[in-house]
Amino acid sequence: MEVPRHWRTQSARYALEGTVCQRCGETSFPPRDLCSRCGSGEVIAKRLSGRGEIYSYSTVFQGPNGFAEYAPYLVALVRLAEGPLVAAQLTDVDPDAVQIGMPVEMVTRRLREDGPKGIVVYGYKFRPPLVAG
Amino acid sequence: MSEVFAVGIGQTEVGEHWDRSLRQLGAAAARAALADAGTDRVDALYVGNMLAGDLSGQHHLGPLIAEHAGLLGIEAVAVEAACGSGGAAFRTAFLAVASGHVEAALVVGVEKMTDRPGKEVTQGLVTAADADFESQIGLSFVAINALLMRRYLLEHRVSRDDFAPFIVNAHANAVHNPMAMYRFAVSAAEFSRQAMVADPISVLDSSPVCDGAAAVLLCSRDRARGLGRNAARVRACTVGTDTIALHDRRDPLELAAAVRSSRRAYELAGIQPRDIDLFEAHDAFSIMTALSLEAAGFAERGRGVAFGASGAIAIDGDLPLSTMGGLKARGHPVGATGVYQIAEVLLQLRGEAGQNQVKNATLGMAQNIGGSGATVVTTVLEAVR
Ligand SMILES: [Zn+2]
Repeated sequence: MEVPRHWRTQSARYALEGTVCQRCGETSFPPRDLCSRCGSGEVIAKRLSGRGEIYSYSTVFQGPNGFAEYAPYLVALVRLAEGPLVAAQLTDVDPDAVQIGMPVEMVTRRLREDGPKGIVVYGYKFRPPLVAG
Repeated sequence: MSEVFAVGIGQTEVGEHWDRSLRQLGAAAARAALADAGTDRVDALYVGNMLAGDLSGQHHLGPLIAEHAGLLGIEAVAVEAACGSGGAAFRTAFLAVASGHVEAALVVGVEKMTDRPGKEVTQGLVTAADADFESQIGLSFVAINALLMRRYLLEHRVSRDDFAPFIVNAHANAVHNPMAMYRFAVSAAEFSRQAMVADPISVLDSSPVCDGAAAVLLCSRDRARGLGRNAARVRACTVGTDTIALHDRRDPLELAAAVRSSRRAYELAGIQPRDIDLFEAHDAFSIMTALSLEAAGFAERGRGVAFGASGAIAIDGDLPLSTMGGLKARGHPVGATGVYQIAEVLLQLRGEAGQNQVKNATLGMAQNIGGSGATVVTTVLEAVR
């Protein structure tokens, strides 16, 4: 990943920081400059709880650049408690135990390494909660 | 706005053309369309392509294809809308002719995917998705479609095997299409046994990586006079869009861009879905076929798969589908696909579809999808007899 892109998206990737519209209250993740519901530009950053449940899931056997060595890995759409859906990898979970509706929580993990001279990219993944509820 | 007529069709065989380059494929389809129309007079060229920059180190396909198709010097630009590039290029040509500024516009869709190893193609295809929040977390394009399909199975209480009729139908039709990549039949039992590429998507659920080019010549009523064996009229060509990322959609199981573009197309043509005699759907993955049938109003929400099993999609059914094999079995040279679909509708309307001919085909529709549904181009064509 390019360093400036890494820098631009890091608060979303590290802290699950989205945006909340000051006009209509819509929560967005990933963050947006314009509210996707009402179009207002009055949005402020908000860190999301990281709690949610699995909306859908699959397994990647051949990933995009930078992910080949990690395959196969589990991916999911997670419905966050605040409303948005987020695409993410699943981790620390038995593949056979994954199902739609399963509660998950966000953790920060290594996503990829861009070779010996590249940066190590960390970001959100989701796992079954360590503490129930 | 002027009426627009399609007067020439050209296709190359879809497959692994290690002996033919991007420019040769594009030029061959272009020349074939001009020969079919019986003219050399073209005022503008619009090229649909997605991956030449990534896989061939070549952008700037407008002048490249014009030069090699013997059209040096004409207006020529490329149009990109991921896997919807071919349809988007057709839309651009349609607008050019409809506006009256261009008398004859050639559309060429061309893609060259097989020069590079699979992982580079995988990386190329995922550029259709959200680079910051889909591919950067490790999603592939196949996985995005798998996420959709898994959710569909649960919400609509169907099984993977229920999708088999789409695959069986597409392969049965490809057997009689000399341009198709996979000219062999597949049974429901074979479909059921396939290995997963991204569960629940199996090898046979996904369309093949391949090379190919297709072309269509559009012209005004005046220019069409005396040209083409059988002209067809473009009744509508519309583009709808949606969020680039699947996760940003209110309801991921509704192809809102397809709803938008097909409604607009019906309105412009003054028709209803039941008036359509055949439908070339974007069956890159069988989940897309089901969602497309629902979005275009041929089946109720959640009933797309049942529609496939009803027999309606056969050549002699109520809505013949993927009549020349579809993306699934004709092949899916991504940026060329939208033009292949339209060329196949035109073959049907001209009565030139051979053993796959749909009887009395008068109105045909093609729907070309970019990404996981962010761009949808719907085209309605009518036979002129
Ligand atoms: Zn708002």
